[in-house]
Amino acid sequence: MLYAFGRGAQPGPEVCHDTQEASAVNIHEYQAKELYWRYGIPVPKGIACMSVEEATAAAKKLIEETGNEVVVVKAQIHAGGRGKAGGVKVVKGVNAATEAATEILGKTLVTHQTGPEGKVVQRLLVEQGLAIKSELYLALVVDRESSRIAIMASTEGGMDIEEVAASTPEKIHTITIDPAVGLQGYQIRQLAFGLGLTNQEQKNFSKLLSGLGKLFEQEDCSIAEINPLILTEDEQVIALDAKVNFDSNAEFRHRDFWKSVRDLSEEAATETEAKEAGLSFIQLDGNIGCLVNGAGLAMSTMDTIKYYGGEPANFLDVGGGASEEAVTKGFRIILQSEAVQGIFVNIFGGIMRCDTIANGVVAATKELGLEVPLVVRLEGTKVEEGRKILDESGLAITSAATMAEGAQKIVALAKG
Amino acid sequence: MSILVDKNTRVVVQGMTGSVGQFHTEQMLAYGTNIVAGCTPGRGGQSLMDVPVFDTMRDVVKQTGANASCVFVPPPFAADAILEAVDAEVPLVVCITEGIPVMDMIKVRRVLDSQDKTRLIGPNCPGVITPDQCKIGIMPGHVHKAGRIGVVSKSGTLTYEAVGQLTVLGIGQSTAVGIGGDPINGTDFIDVLKLFNEDPNTDGAILIGEIGGNAEEQAAAWIKQNFKKPVAGFIAGRTAPPGKRMGHAGAIISGGKGTADAKIEALEDAGVKVAPTPSDMGATLQSLL
Repeated sequence: MLYAFGRGAQPGPEVCHDTQEASAVNIHEYQAKELYWRYGIPVPKGIACMSVEEATAAAKKLIEETGNEVVVVKAQIHAGGRGKAGGVKVVKGVNAATEAATEILGKTLVTHQTGPEGKVVQRLLVEQGLAIKSELYLALVVDRESSRIAIMASTEGGMDIEEVAASTPEKIHTITIDPAVGLQGYQIRQLAFGLGLTNQEQKNFSKLLSGLGKLFEQEDCSIAEINPLILTEDEQVIALDAKVNFDSNAEFRHRDFWKSVRDLSEEAATETEAKEAGLSFIQLDGNIGCLVNGAGLAMSTMDTIKYYGGEPANFLDVGGGASEEAVTKGFRIILQSEAVQGIFVNIFGGIMRCDTIANGVVAATKELGLEVPLVVRLEGTKVEEGRKILDESGLAITSAATMAEGAQKIVALAKG
Repeated sequence: MSILVDKNTRVVVQGMTGSVGQFHTEQMLAYGTNIVAGCTPGRGGQSLMDVPVFDTMRDVVKQTGANASCVFVPPPFAADAILEAVDAEVPLVVCITEGIPVMDMIKVRRVLDSQDKTRLIGPNCPGVITPDQCKIGIMPGHVHKAGRIGVVSKSGTLTYEAVGQLTVLGIGQSTAVGIGGDPINGTDFIDVLKLFNEDPNTDGAILIGEIGGNAEEQAAAWIKQNFKKPVAGFIAGRTAPPGKRMGHAGAIISGGKGTADAKIEALEDAGVKVAPTPSDMGATLQSLL
């Protein structure tokens, strides 16, 4: 893959912030840049590489095409903070590029978004170096308050934008897009004047922003961020970095494309497995597994376990239409963590039927030969049938009448 | 007596012939909800559980006088279903569907904001219930008891939890409203609190929020200025790790904003008594009466 544009040296500092949504659909920088390019957004010339040999060839090709010895070797992982962790190198010449690629590829990068275990670099992006006049910030997000897409632009590119928002909010210019009429010319001009752009830069910025607006809407993004967006000496406006997250609810509109850009090695295996079974699962550090229906109840079940001195091992919402199989799957996923010393099932059936859950619990307990203590609290639709199934199963299941009682019981049992 | 729905509410179910729609229509009928129509394009003229099915919402309104809709239509078609109900000027639309793309909801919200005939509750919510009169949605009817406390919540199952506790304590509910946890929805906390404030038959309220966004902070500010009745609160997600989305699209802490602690502080500052655990929501409200 190859992008058009640019010349020069020096990339901006790598900056990131906490807008990462764990279960939003995330793609690599090079994939985002390819998408940008399709929407007419200028990005540096670059080539994605899976090996050192490919990186060497890419550097050679870029240097030949641009006549510029400076190239940038960038680690491709689904996390920000790569620069600080040593995942981005600006080098001169093919040999130096090979050295940088050798160093970065296979390296475990630990950034504030990867967790302490870090992420192994398996892909690289080799890009042309560009001469930067100044660095800007540009992002599109879904703004809850206005219920619209908001565009934020700032002259403080390359910085942590949340820090900018906190310390110098006047340096962030914001507009929102009225879905009835779309992004208007005057709005783009407002931002361009706010950024102090020259006439030619304004023209280029306008084209870029129109493209980004279209991309955001048509590709169902939840965030599209360029940090930094750079201005060059010859008044070009280029996306030096590119971040895109998609709204996972829109998968039905983008199934093939999302499948093609998905990098399974970047996702926690258990979380992916859960998603495929229709469950929402997040691994945590504690020892008490939780299986709950409803996101709010699942969160507050974790809160309650913690309140009574325990540590939740996971967040698991079996959702509304969960089947018996989904519950069994949920148990299996919880038990993949060796830290789990007890499981708390907390179900308040609305759309969820307690008899279904009870059948799932019994089936899973038998099938998996459950060895850790199990506390079950059932309430709601078909609760009598559900409790009956549990009682008649002959299994060692501790029942609880309320969430608090269940949490206290499992905390005590998990301690042994 | 109640807000939004009562025994005179005439309900149409959009997507009634699907398996989920059918199951819950049966449950709503069993609860006593006055369901006057179903709407499924292509199934007009048929009937299901003695409820007539129509092709379009305009037909439904014209022929049955339905004044509330319950939407079970799957995500790819849900926004269209809501907009059809708005077009037919149905006063109340309750959307249960989970998983509607944000981009679709941005458009729906724009249409809602440009008219004053229809109010949307949800999407991704359990619905609205006025105990013993009208249940629109998927909540277990039997845990409710008619009375004088309003409940408003982003979370479905936590609403049942609060209602169940009130009922055990012998405290009935005027109306319980699930507004859903999606980042863009139809009705927010303040809209519902306004109705509770004006309802002479609601004596107090429970407000249940969760991490993410700032709807709880805004509600707190509004309560401080305007709400004249006692409020108990609860915020889910106190122990959720930052940057992780907890099921609800809205439930994410980003950049240190939207934390449970910030929301609890705002609510307490507004005079709301916040329950320490979700098992104490009913008792906390009781202590205020």
